[in-house]
Amino acid sequence: MKVSDIVRILDGRLVCGDNRSDYTIDVAFASDLMSDVLTLVNDNVLLITGLANLQTIRTAEMSDINCIVFARNKKVSQEMVSLAEESGISLIECRYSVFRTCGLLYQAGVKPVY
Amino acid sequence: MKVSEIVKALDLKVFSGSRGLEAEVSGGYVSDLLSDVMGNAEASQVWVTLQTHKNVMAVASLKDLAAVILVSGHRPDENTAAQSEEEGIPILGTGLSAFQVSGKLYELIGKK
Amino acid sequence: MDQELHYEYNVEGGDFSRAGYASSQIKKILKRLNIDAGVIKRTVVACYEAEVNIVAHAYSGAVYFDIESNRLKIVFRDEGPGIEDIEMAMTEGFSTASEEVREMGFGAGMGLSNMKKNADQLNIESEVGRGTRVEIIINT
Ligand SMILES: Nc1ncnc2c1ncn2[C@@H]1O[C@H](COP(=O)(O)OP(=O)(O)OP(=O)(O)O)[C@@H](O)[C@H]1O
Ligand SMILES: [Mg+2]
Repeated sequence: MKVSDIVRILDGRLVCGDNRSDYTIDVAFASDLMSDVLTLVNDNVLLITGLANLQTIRTAEMSDINCIVFARNKKVSQEMVSLAEESGISLIECRYSVFRTCGLLYQAGVKPVY
Repeated sequence: MKVSEIVKALDLKVFSGSRGLEAEVSGGYVSDLLSDVMGNAEASQVWVTLQTHKNVMAVASLKDLAAVILVSGHRPDENTAAQSEEEGIPILGTGLSAFQVSGKLYELIGKK
Repeated sequence: MDQELHYEYNVEGGDFSRAGYASSQIKKILKRLNIDAGVIKRTVVACYEAEVNIVAHAYSGAVYFDIESNRLKIVFRDEGPGIEDIEMAMTEGFSTASEEVREMGFGAGMGLSNMKKNADQLNIESEVGRGTRVEIIINT
């Protein structure tokens, strides 16, 4: 699934990052706890979270996550954008709950990490 | 839909609070931040989380949630389980990740 | 590595806006050195957990990063409350994190076990009331 598909399915907003057509995401993980995210060994994971702070971006940087969906209508700050851009991470804002976000993406065929 | 039907359909483990298995479920809420659940969850929802400590039950009871599903094989702390028994709010468990169990639950409930 | 290198960074307790800065610098250095991506990920995940622990649980600290001939050595030293029972602290799910820290997305009690999983060696020494020293070794 492409970043642009995720944005469309979630009726979200791509705040930063590239809409490159060749970059695809197959698996997703939902969590608000960063140490939980840091247990993942997969690459190319989509992170779905309602935790919108600088540490969310740091965590993605450390675990080689390239795309984050901020659910619960969370707003991304300018500082978060700058940090994400340094590491080439795409950020998507979405007004749905994490539950609905997972439901819609799962329905669309995104696989779980486990 | 009742909590017991979800337990069956998603093959969940019942850790505690089985008294509440016949409660009606209105939807799901996925969060690991207690203040967020306090602020945004709605009564009769099933709460999907990784959090296992005692405050989880305090929040579940204050918000009148139908049940708690612990994901990724996590188990409730002793205190948490005891409080779940007291409140009659079931704590359920699964080895699945929050993403997958939510995806299935969303399909099952088919709304919100 | 033919060349031995040494770097140091400060870490401020309680300052979540800067947490991860040292680990991020370490990641950049390792990338420049063309270290294997899997090794980099293991290293920076372990480092980030250790760095956040200083921010979350201690008052102030420092990171000492050494690139040696066949391994990486990263030492996190802090002044803080120390850890009373290290074995208990290592148990997954054990956490004394404050409500505030939990709302920042930490406090699952998984950091130390994450470090152990990712490091080839993890050595922790701690003195209650003084501070903690965490040493992470990664073979390259
Ligand atoms: N540098 C430190 N100084 C004092 N106590 C510490 C330090 N590092 C860890 N601890 C203690 O060990 C516990 C477990 O640490 P661990 O990193 O595993 O979990 P956490 O930091 O509480 O949560 P998480 O890492 O999942 O966000 C902490 O809650 C704290 O009590
Ligand atoms: Mg920690």
